[in-house]
Amino acid sequence: MPVLEHQPFTEDKNKPTDSTGATLAGFRNAEDLLVPDVKDVVESSTGHHKPHGSDPVSDQTMVLNMGPQHPSTHGVLRLVIEVDGETIVSMAPDIGYLHTGIEKTCEAKFFNQVTPLTDRIDYLCPMTNNTAYALAVEKLLQLEVPERAQWLRVLFNELTRIQSHLVWLGTHAMDIGALTVFLYCFRERENLLRIFEAVSGQRMMTSYVRIGGVSLEPPLDLFKTIKEFLDDFPSKIAEYEGLLQNNPIWRNRLMGVGILSAADAIALGVTGPPLRASGVDFDVRRDMPYSSYEKFQFNVPVSSVGDVWARYEVRMQEMRESVKICQQALAGLPEGRIVAHAPKILVPDREQMKTQMEALIHHFKIVTEGFQVPAGEVTSSVEAPHGMMNYYVVSDGTSKPVRVHMRNADFANLQALETMCKGKLIADVVAIIGSIDIVLGAIDR
Amino acid sequence: MPDPITNPATAEAIFGKQAVEAALADHAAVKGLAHLTTDAKWDRGELTLTIAPESIVAAARAAQASGYNFFEDCTAVDWYPSEPRFQLSYSLLSHSLKQRIRLVARLDSESPIIDSITSVWPSANFYEREVFDLFGIRFAGHPRLTRIMMPDNWNGHPLRKDYPVEGYR
Repeated sequence: MPVLEHQPFTEDKNKPTDSTGATLAGFRNAEDLLVPDVKDVVESSTGHHKPHGSDPVSDQTMVLNMGPQHPSTHGVLRLVIEVDGETIVSMAPDIGYLHTGIEKTCEAKFFNQVTPLTDRIDYLCPMTNNTAYALAVEKLLQLEVPERAQWLRVLFNELTRIQSHLVWLGTHAMDIGALTVFLYCFRERENLLRIFEAVSGQRMMTSYVRIGGVSLEPPLDLFKTIKEFLDDFPSKIAEYEGLLQNNPIWRNRLMGVGILSAADAIALGVTGPPLRASGVDFDVRRDMPYSSYEKFQFNVPVSSVGDVWARYEVRMQEMRESVKICQQALAGLPEGRIVAHAPKILVPDREQMKTQMEALIHHFKIVTEGFQVPAGEVTSSVEAPHGMMNYYVVSDGTSKPVRVHMRNADFANLQALETMCKGKLIADVVAIIGSIDIVLGAIDR
Repeated sequence: MPDPITNPATAEAIFGKQAVEAALADHAAVKGLAHLTTDAKWDRGELTLTIAPESIVAAARAAQASGYNFFEDCTAVDWYPSEPRFQLSYSLLSHSLKQRIRLVARLDSESPIIDSITSVWPSANFYEREVFDLFGIRFAGHPRLTRIMMPDNWNGHPLRKDYPVEGYR
């Protein structure tokens, strides 16, 4: 239940001024962190109505319906907000508008047919989704992926991170009112989408990372295109920062807004840039490496302030680190196969299929019957642009999964929204939604 | 080259509580949850501890005390028509140990109800609502157990195996 006492709005004097995080809120009790339901918010608003006779405007709270068609909710998120004047008293996110039952659909598909479905979950980072799913099934199969495929996965995972962060920065700035940044970000995003199209044939729903490796060898001139993009991109980040970093509107809208302490962030299941902006130094890529990430040198940006500005700075630094990782991946890309050697699991080359009887049989069997995956349950974990992304895959030894469950950072990060928004203004809600960078496809699945 | 399909068993897989405790004596979760575990499994580098459904809150607190400070998610698997039908899987992470464990509780179809762990980790709120919505498993002590994905007036629980993938029920 939401707290019934509410504070009238006062100027926020507790703006974090130093990096020690001394002004952050301490750990609250578990009950205070629970996100209310829509009914709770409506009920509590009627409870807040004061007896008649006093000023009817200031003595009542109002329930405000924000979304699901509100542009700043980044999709079809509906927020039911109880406001006292313009101050948030309590808030309930209402989700499920984009629920398409992907987890149920996965259970009716062969293991290799699930890959295209994973693109559509978090549609801003399809390669990361593909990687997480492929890692889980490879763990079930105990399949060793060639190094070249692992490095290609790293390369495209990091390009995807840049792409996702560009969408975040553009829309976040647009929500705050800085329209120009959006156009600049989408200019660079277009270059990245062209790279994805060149490598996979698709701009957004790439399905490039498959079980056992990656689907195609990149075209010969693509690495040159990526290198040109990477050489140029740091100057573009500087360009965005030139528009935003010293902009007084941007600074005032972001600093000291939506503070989340480290203890609250962990209690609410927050991962990814919002967790690191709250001072918890944890990154799956560095701390529990997958797909050869242990061979790359990069820093994990961390801030201890925990406000919207800290999340902005962490993500900007992450883009720079991603550029470094991509450059290392290009420089040290090993030669060799791009798929594992497992003829009964991976669709054979077209050439082999046309000339070898056995390859033709394997191809026919894989396409018509799928392949059997040994019984077991595994969790794979990757660091997606929005935070930790886990795939939990259960197999009973047949060619269709018993269960595919996705743990997307967005779903858990949304739970922290109320804690960050309480006591702030409605306009701050827009800034805070932008800063947790949610995709509703990943929340509703 | 070994064929992955005909050789599914991993060499290092360990099954059974005694065997896991003997092999992973130093593991923080094996030590910290020894009094609550009914079965254990070490497979493909992942530790799965089976917990009696009534001791799930105690197990969550014991795991938290053993260093598994972060609740990742909780989901269910429907093993219809076998019993116990539902398998609840809790995924927990330790930021300091850089380890992940899985707690499993099995519920039969007669009374699919288990205690809510929102008092230990508030982040379980949405995940338990999701499991309730899609599997029909109830969480005792959850502050507001309502549907989260499907409409409030929806009939049935879509992720159950006896719920069709296509067509009308």
